[in-house]
Amino acid sequence: MDILIASTKIAVVLAAMLTSVVFLVLVERRMSAFIQNRIGPNRVGPYGLLQSVADVVKLLMKEDIVPAKANKPLHDLAPIISIAVAMTTFAVIPFGNAIELFGTTIKLQIADVNIGILYILAITSLGVYGLTLAGWSSNNKYSLLGGLRSSAQMISYELSMGLAIIGVILMAGTLRLDVIVEKQTEYLLGWLPAWNIFLQPVAFITFFIAAFAETNRLPFDLPEAEPELVGGFHTEYTGLKFGLFFLAEYMNMITASAIVVTLFLGGWHLPYADMLGLSGFALSILQVLTFCGKIVLVLLFFIAIRWTLPRFRYDQLMSLGWKVMLPLTLANALVTALILLAF
Amino acid sequence: MGRDNGKMIRTKDLTFWQKLYLPEVFKGLSLTLSQMFKPKFTYMYPEERFQPPSSFRGRPILVEENGVERCVACGLCSRVCPALAIEVQASETELEKERYPVRFEINMVRCIFCGFCEEVCPEEAIIMSKEYELVFSSQEEAIFGKERLLTPAEQVRERLEFLRNSR
Ligand code: SF4
Ligand code: SF4
Repeated sequence: MDILIASTKIAVVLAAMLTSVVFLVLVERRMSAFIQNRIGPNRVGPYGLLQSVADVVKLLMKEDIVPAKANKPLHDLAPIISIAVAMTTFAVIPFGNAIELFGTTIKLQIADVNIGILYILAITSLGVYGLTLAGWSSNNKYSLLGGLRSSAQMISYELSMGLAIIGVILMAGTLRLDVIVEKQTEYLLGWLPAWNIFLQPVAFITFFIAAFAETNRLPFDLPEAEPELVGGFHTEYTGLKFGLFFLAEYMNMITASAIVVTLFLGGWHLPYADMLGLSGFALSILQVLTFCGKIVLVLLFFIAIRWTLPRFRYDQLMSLGWKVMLPLTLANALVTALILLAF
Repeated sequence: MGRDNGKMIRTKDLTFWQKLYLPEVFKGLSLTLSQMFKPKFTYMYPEERFQPPSSFRGRPILVEENGVERCVACGLCSRVCPALAIEVQASETELEKERYPVRFEINMVRCIFCGFCEEVCPEEAIIMSKEYELVFSSQEEAIFGKERLLTPAEQVRERLEFLRNSR
């Protein structure tokens, strides 16, 4: 029974993520078009809804080209690592409160582990192997530069990411994500939801910036900076393997948004929802929808930032990471600890 | 930035708030987001077509007046054409106008729409039209003979007037 429930949850979450990637790509293209006073893809299906489907079909039909001097096993392995990491990170994120169904309580979280945050940090740092291996195994200087950049960037920003989370962990006193969310369902001063964004604003900002760097999104998309590096680490990838990298990038975006929502924006908590007088089941559904809605808002923000800011220079990226973000997050962790100690 | 005694001086330094970066990010965001609701420039092409002004240089055509071409087959256009796209073969006629082109061909694969032919023509016989949809499935199809080039003068009235006013 447990296995059945777990596999259902996995199937539902994976299916939801894969379909949302399809629409996320479309939303990104349409939104960028609107920002640039264009209309964007609107021919395939109503309002262009099937554009991504057409793109996927196109990718599937493409020839898979491996450069003659590439390291073939690693060249094949790299996209698999990327996609596997992207798919597994979501496992510990609670997307709703526990739900009562047919007499059993089901936790809306695939894996209820007690070191949820550590799991996320560990798995996301595996993702860099995909990019670095892709860059190295392609035997192409641009790919190699992209791979190198991605490893340097990820390592620098992972530090500030972890330190930013420390503030949240200290406040919650646990590494369990579901408890962290539950803590955020309380109210400050009786009316303000106790979301960590209000309690840990510095951690929120630094974590958010690090999330941009971790997902290789503009303004930190140096590993694939098109004007300098052709395609960066995926220069030598075609067809489905390129598609896997692409899919992984967008899944990472969704996961990063989900983590931001869970840690700082109250997770599935909808303020004052308990006053609506809904039954337990309806309330749970509402909370899951709230969670999805929050993710969508964060994703829209991700996209808007991409089409607003220019790309950082590499030295700027490094100095921001080491000279600004790291001290800031350290100070934040220290101040949080001192305050908690004092009270 | 200015240079003084070999030392760099920044004439425009960032203020404290600009150095913080975040307020500027939100300024930028408000700009891009406000653009989202502005009118769009895109033409929904097959349904909605661009209507060129009369200064537009589309494919060159031959002007036909009273059923005959104005062209006197002087060959100047073919001489001036930088892309060597025009071929004219002259012949005599019974009319008072002495010569006419038996063969007049423009290779639309070569034409670069420079408009030199129109400029050089003494008879205002070859002019640029507004037509810009040129798709061919073979090289041969792209060679326009007289039958495809001849266009009654009434249809290109606008361009003729434009040429008179701007010369
Ligand atoms: S427009 Fe220019 S290139 Fe085209 S036919 Fe005339 S002279 Fe030649
Ligand atoms: S320049 Fe004018 S008149 Fe002379 S051949 Fe060309 S089209 Fe005819």
